[in-house]
Amino acid sequence: MTAWDILVIGAGHNGLVAACYLAKAGLKVCVVEKNDWIGGAAVSRELYPGFTYSNCSYVNSLFRPEIMRDLDLPKHGLQILPYEGGALMTEDGGYLGMFRDHDANRREIARHSKRDAEAYDRYARDVLRHCRFIRPMLMRTPPDPASFRPRDLAELAWLGKQMFGLSELAMMDMIRFWTMSIADYLDEYFENPAVKAYQAVGSIIGTALGPMSPGTAYVLLHHAMGDVDGNVGAWGYSRGGMGGVTKALTASLRAAGGEVITGAGVDRVLVKNGRSHGVVLANGDEVIARRVVSNMDVRRTFLKHVEETELPPEFVKRVKGFKTRGSSGKLNIALDGVPNFPALPKGAPNIKGDLHFTGTIEKMERAYDDWKSGHFSADPFQDCMIPTMIDPTMTPPGKHFMSCFVQYAPPKIEGRDWTDADRDAFRDACLNQIEAYAPGFKNLVLHVEVRTPRELEAEVGLTEGNIFQGELTFDQLLFNRPVPGYAQYRTPIRDLYLCGSSTHPGGGVMGAPGRNAAAEILRDMKLPAKDLSDAYPVL
Amino acid sequence: MNVLTHYETPLLQSPFHARTAAANKMHSWGNWGGYASVLTYEDLAMEHAAIRNTASVYDLCPMVKYRITGPDAAAYLNRLTVRNAAKLSVGSVHYTVWCDDAGKLEDDGTLFRLGAHDYRLCCQERHLPWLLDSAFGFDVAVREETEEVAALSLQGPTSAAALSAAGFDVTALKPFRMADFPFGRGRLMISRTGFTGDLGYELWTTPDLALNLWDHIFAAGELLGIRPIGSDALNLARLETGFVITNYDFTPAQQAVREDRARSPFEMGLDWLIDWDKGQFTGRQALLAEKAKGSKWAFVGVEIDGNISAEGAVLYHDRKTEAGVVTGACWSPTLKKSIALAQVERRFLAKGNLWAEIYALRELHYAKLMQRVRVVDRPFFAPDRRRATPPGRF
Ligand SMILES: Cc1cc2nc3c(=O)[nH]c(=O)nc-3n(C[C@H](O)[C@H](O)[C@H](O)COP(=O)(O)OP(=O)(O)OC[C@H]3O[C@@H](n4cnc5c(N)ncnc54)[C@H](O)[C@@H]3O)c2cc1C
Repeated sequence: MTAWDILVIGAGHNGLVAACYLAKAGLKVCVVEKNDWIGGAAVSRELYPGFTYSNCSYVNSLFRPEIMRDLDLPKHGLQILPYEGGALMTEDGGYLGMFRDHDANRREIARHSKRDAEAYDRYARDVLRHCRFIRPMLMRTPPDPASFRPRDLAELAWLGKQMFGLSELAMMDMIRFWTMSIADYLDEYFENPAVKAYQAVGSIIGTALGPMSPGTAYVLLHHAMGDVDGNVGAWGYSRGGMGGVTKALTASLRAAGGEVITGAGVDRVLVKNGRSHGVVLANGDEVIARRVVSNMDVRRTFLKHVEETELPPEFVKRVKGFKTRGSSGKLNIALDGVPNFPALPKGAPNIKGDLHFTGTIEKMERAYDDWKSGHFSADPFQDCMIPTMIDPTMTPPGKHFMSCFVQYAPPKIEGRDWTDADRDAFRDACLNQIEAYAPGFKNLVLHVEVRTPRELEAEVGLTEGNIFQGELTFDQLLFNRPVPGYAQYRTPIRDLYLCGSSTHPGGGVMGAPGRNAAAEILRDMKLPAKDLSDAYPVL
Repeated sequence: MNVLTHYETPLLQSPFHARTAAANKMHSWGNWGGYASVLTYEDLAMEHAAIRNTASVYDLCPMVKYRITGPDAAAYLNRLTVRNAAKLSVGSVHYTVWCDDAGKLEDDGTLFRLGAHDYRLCCQERHLPWLLDSAFGFDVAVREETEEVAALSLQGPTSAAALSAAGFDVTALKPFRMADFPFGRGRLMISRTGFTGDLGYELWTTPDLALNLWDHIFAAGELLGIRPIGSDALNLARLETGFVITNYDFTPAQQAVREDRARSPFEMGLDWLIDWDKGQFTGRQALLAEKAKGSKWAFVGVEIDGNISAEGAVLYHDRKTEAGVVTGACWSPTLKKSIALAQVERRFLAKGNLWAEIYALRELHYAKLMQRVRVVDRPFFAPDRRRATPPGRF
């Protein structure tokens, strides 16, 4: 049996990114994936004949352009399509549209509040300031503040310089921003409920917090710091579905000589004398490798696939405490035609973007209240998209794929496991809400894939269904992600690394965790990191 | 509620659109504050010449306008802006700026005192939340009225004659004063103001009278060389007189993502507007501190050797050390010189020995020039006719 230099557990996008970089560095790399398909949460499958879905993630902005370029992903088929804004529909039958053009957007907001229309300059300035601060950190390994190694000291000094480069006022604003709730933050700029609700969307996605919970302002930033072709904050579709990202990565990996084996779930990481040297697959096969890299989340990796006796108890305790509370579900819908939203003017481009039916922050918070009491939201918050309004490749002409991301859905229903009946009731709550804003919608539905935290955990391996492999709250970021002392992609087991979204800088289809992990592995192997670009400078 | 269709008309049309569109022979449109605004109707040189030779008409509607009314209007504006708005007499206009708490510029504009308790503030950027927040504690109402006003700028040596021919006698109207006339079923307010540094007037009415006004003025000016001008020609004229434009010559504080890009009135050569004795105004503490400590930047008018416009040029001290940047430049058709406005670090200003690096693209190759730069007084061009009252015949 071949011995590999590198064995990656999981063909999620981060596992594939790490594998690509390591294969390009000349290492023999193999990725083993438990599912019969690749992609993890960046996956496209055909579940209804002729319809390709974006089964989990559905829009792209975070994926680092440096990685796309290093790994030649466009050549391997990746194509990102910008989209044209969206709309939030309100209970009174109205809507608030979002436009790419600054002045069209201002006029639209002015329809709801003249004041808010003109508040946008300052708001955009401040959010962009936070983005500029965070973006250079994405492609760097966080320092370990407790170590006194020169490299950590240098990195801490760099971080300090970023911070002290700010004026006193900006620094105070930064600290406030990283800790406050999005509701409070938006109150400082806007007055209109719909305007605020629209801006709050990015702050609750994937998070088991409500818009009034402290910490949600940062989550907004996590959704605003990406870009499409340098247009910071913009989002786009991956042509052919989000699986296009992992398909291109797989092609790039194969071109670099790496291998991916599907239907090969790992049962156990082999550890001897505190060192890992391979894995045992579910079918009992042993795969030997000099180094093992886990793309699974930190809890799955260490609480399910490594003998606890091999690990320091303090570490295990912290891993157990790492928050992976699921909060989201998803409906993937095959449609026989374009749904009709009477609130939107005929011909408006807004239907090509994100659609929401939650007109106020209060309503979002009420949806979160249901989560707290162990239920999915009766009147949920949805982030809906119809990518086939732009992408001609996913369905037959005239038919559509609609992706509905839903909050909130708890990992357990009142403490017990989800049942099929719960799942069907969840589906109905979502479909009924859409039907209320698009009469006749249900008649268009050809097929629905419903994913609650139960399915997300079972299929993608996301513990408790947390879409980011761990919550993006300040206590779990930077050198505290996933746990203090282990933020540099290494683990208490030698030659066992983490590369998934549980690590810095966190979840989303970003690729940065995989890239940073590869950099650390190359460093340990004393190999040059010549094919790894640094982050593009923020000018 | 669903009648608005921005996606069909992403650019607003001014009340004069029917006329400007018909005259826009080159279909040359630009986006000014969300309005379709003409860049050049027909011929830039001819349009610029009209400003300095006859009479030019420019559609001012996209300019942002706020109406400030109430018993505390003067006190409020004194708090908001750096100049003394209480001293502005009814029927007068002054140029002013306002700052954030850190003493950094948010915008410049013209303030019209329409009545004892009634002002109009015209500016480039949008500020409603700032204006409303600044009103805490004052008995004033602030209203955005951009779309409620139709305005034309009539500028050039024959502009007064054109107005007389149109039946509006402005011979006694002094610079920065306004006069009110009946017009059609409404009224026309004429102020002796403008952005060209020449003899000129601005005409203010309501949108319903816009097209009548255009037709009336053009008929009156027919024998006086009247022609519509676009933003390109106006830009040449404003450079010749040395006026600044927010977001061209400085980045306003409320939009500056990079903190170090914001500029103070000192740094833009606008500190002469500040009334230190009128009491508290926004930014005063910071500006006092800057006054004591000195400023990092200066804003200057410069003449540049040679005949190539220095748009966007980097300025160097002693040909080597970066010292600043050109924010606006042109070959001045009036002065027959290459002129520019520039932000320069003060420490280099004192030393002189400034140079501009100019890249002149000629048939797909760059001629790279290092030209000497001389700081000169602004305005570059200031003909006596701009102030003469009564205005000269032509
Ligand atoms: C419903 C949903 C919607 C989302 N929407 C967006 C979005 O629109 N935009 C965005 O940027 N982000 C979105 N996200 C987040 C983003 O998709 C994830 O954060 C990201 O894809 C995680 O990638 P990863 O490579 O770190 O891990 P994963 O994708 O979780 O990859 C882990 C891989 O390991 C495999 N695995 C697990 N256990 C084993 C085992 N024992 N043996 C072998 N293999 C195993 C899994 O099958 C999986 O392929 C969404 C996530 C979800 C779930």
